[in-house]
Amino acid sequence: MSPDPLLSVSHLTTVFDTPDGSVRAVDDVSFEIRAGETVGLVGESGSGKSVTALSIMRLVQPPGRIAGGSLSFKGRDLLTLDERTMRTVRGADITLIFQEPMTALNPVFRVGDQIAETLRVHGRASRREARTAAVDLLRAVRIPDAASRVNDYPHQLSGGMRQRVLIAMSLACQPSLVIADEPTTALDVTIQAEILDLLREMKSALHLSLLLITHDLGVIAETADRVAVMYAGRIVETGPVRAIFREPAHPYTRGLLASMPGGRPGRRLLAIDGSVPLLGALPPGCAFNPRCPDRFEPCTAAPPPDYVVGPERAAKCYLHDRQSAVRSPQSAIRNPQSAMGTDATR
Amino acid sequence: MPLVEVSRLVKHFTRDAGLFRARTRVSAVDDVSFSIEQGETFGLVGESGSGKTTTGRCMLRLIEPSSGAVRFRGENVLDFSSRRLREARRDMQIVFQDPYSSLNPRMRARQIVEEPLIIHRLGSRAGRQERVAELFRLVGLNPVHLDRYPHQFSGGQRQRIGMARALALNPSFVILDEPVSALDVSVQAQVVNLLMDLQEQLKLTYLFIAHDLRLVEHICSRVAVMFLGKIVEIGRTSSLFVSPQHPYTRALLSAIPVPDPDAPRQRIVLDPASVDRHVVLREIAAGHWAAI
Repeated sequence: MSPDPLLSVSHLTTVFDTPDGSVRAVDDVSFEIRAGETVGLVGESGSGKSVTALSIMRLVQPPGRIAGGSLSFKGRDLLTLDERTMRTVRGADITLIFQEPMTALNPVFRVGDQIAETLRVHGRASRREARTAAVDLLRAVRIPDAASRVNDYPHQLSGGMRQRVLIAMSLACQPSLVIADEPTTALDVTIQAEILDLLREMKSALHLSLLLITHDLGVIAETADRVAVMYAGRIVETGPVRAIFREPAHPYTRGLLASMPGGRPGRRLLAIDGSVPLLGALPPGCAFNPRCPDRFEPCTAAPPPDYVVGPERAAKCYLHDRQSAVRSPQSAIRNPQSAMGTDATR
Repeated sequence: MPLVEVSRLVKHFTRDAGLFRARTRVSAVDDVSFSIEQGETFGLVGESGSGKTTTGRCMLRLIEPSSGAVRFRGENVLDFSSRRLREARRDMQIVFQDPYSSLNPRMRARQIVEEPLIIHRLGSRAGRQERVAELFRLVGLNPVHLDRYPHQFSGGQRQRIGMARALALNPSFVILDEPVSALDVSVQAQVVNLLMDLQEQLKLTYLFIAHDLRLVEHICSRVAVMFLGKIVEIGRTSSLFVSPQHPYTRALLSAIPVPDPDAPRQRIVLDPASVDRHVVLREIAAGHWAAI
């Protein structure tokens, strides 16, 4: 039996109220994060992955609002906490590392003071203790010459160093869950590698859980234990990282993996047709159906439910529905195994 | 004879003295030489600040280089008068990284693609309209949408419009400056396929500027690695990716995240202080040079 999850997101729905109606940026999203594990949340722009992160932190701003679901963290539902109690969780027990390390730091305060502030706001240290702790934290995230860097302003640091400062800040109050939203997207590939190494190290040294949000499947493969793939506000596939990379069960996941450069140089890539739909104009049924090479009748009728496709694995795709596979004439040859087989040889 | 030959290209940027600062000079491109053969895709890779984009822009004189030569079909572009340069630019085009900022938001797609034809006074009005529709089809867009504005297209479609504009004058050489890095992952492959198809169909020569090494490995026949304004390694892609020689190239290649959870990871970390910038390129293997 697996232990109780640290965070259990169930049926989370976050909508944005626009003049043209409500748009579901996060639509009935459920997943869990266990103690000490890294969950990768992968998706493209507009898939809802960042809004999911903000929803967990309860930082969604109007016109956005959490419209339903629950966020059970250490046995409490975060959605029922009053704002004051939530503030003791946010930034302390659950922290968020943003994508852009320049805009996430305040340009007019020294980085050490910004780290110290985190500690003092949460009542973890006095002014003097916080100061010493800030130096220790900068040292922990491998900032050379931490004792003098603590007095630097953000613009005096490189992008990679700023991201280290943000990581130090996120670890200040010894959180149990760190959410990193595209933590390396703005960085060069060699710096990205260093930051990912640092996150991995910190995670195991401090027994954290990590929710890593990215569009880069390479980053996911290197870092995550389990993966959730998002498309147009919904999680279309979840499972252990190896299983998903070996045998993706959803045509979208398969398409993403197949479209990556690799194989024989100069060969055409296996592209996914079309483009990411706008949330305000989703197609009926499965949101991926207009781009899907395996589409058949049920796909345009109603959004598919989760189908269990293996140990700890689920996919929202009618290919995995035994009944519709039998009912539909073309799909007789399209059970999951044969669909995967054709994909590999395509 | 190579189609394009860059030799000893240098670009300094000077920063004026300020209240507390002396005048400083930065070598963004520092003695860079390479040549591109007709019909090949030549990759220029490096991280931000390495000088790869500045090199590309200097080649078209969108930025004036400080010294060096850029020979196109044997003639030095840097000696051209502005009139001669405008003629030459018909044959050398560029597609920019960001399809959101590189298309004028107030112009219709039709006007964007037609503009180069008007500037170069090519064809009659009717002839131009026909050419624009043809270009639209060439890049996989539907001419029905010609009267739309850029914001009405997706990122991938916008990059196709940028490509149509670049191809309007029938160039033989196109600089692609990070052409897919601003696009969604699921759309990148479509645009890469388009670029490869167009190259074959129109016999184009590409300079492909990128930081995505997986992509460079896939589409480039030769590649040069830039580090702090200098080329530190250059060679056939097959040779350079298999046996990188320069410590920076090794670090760069080892940092690429591999989309395979079981791939062995051996990160090579570069100590920038260990790189001697004065070492010159020497030939390691046939056509494979490294500054070691």
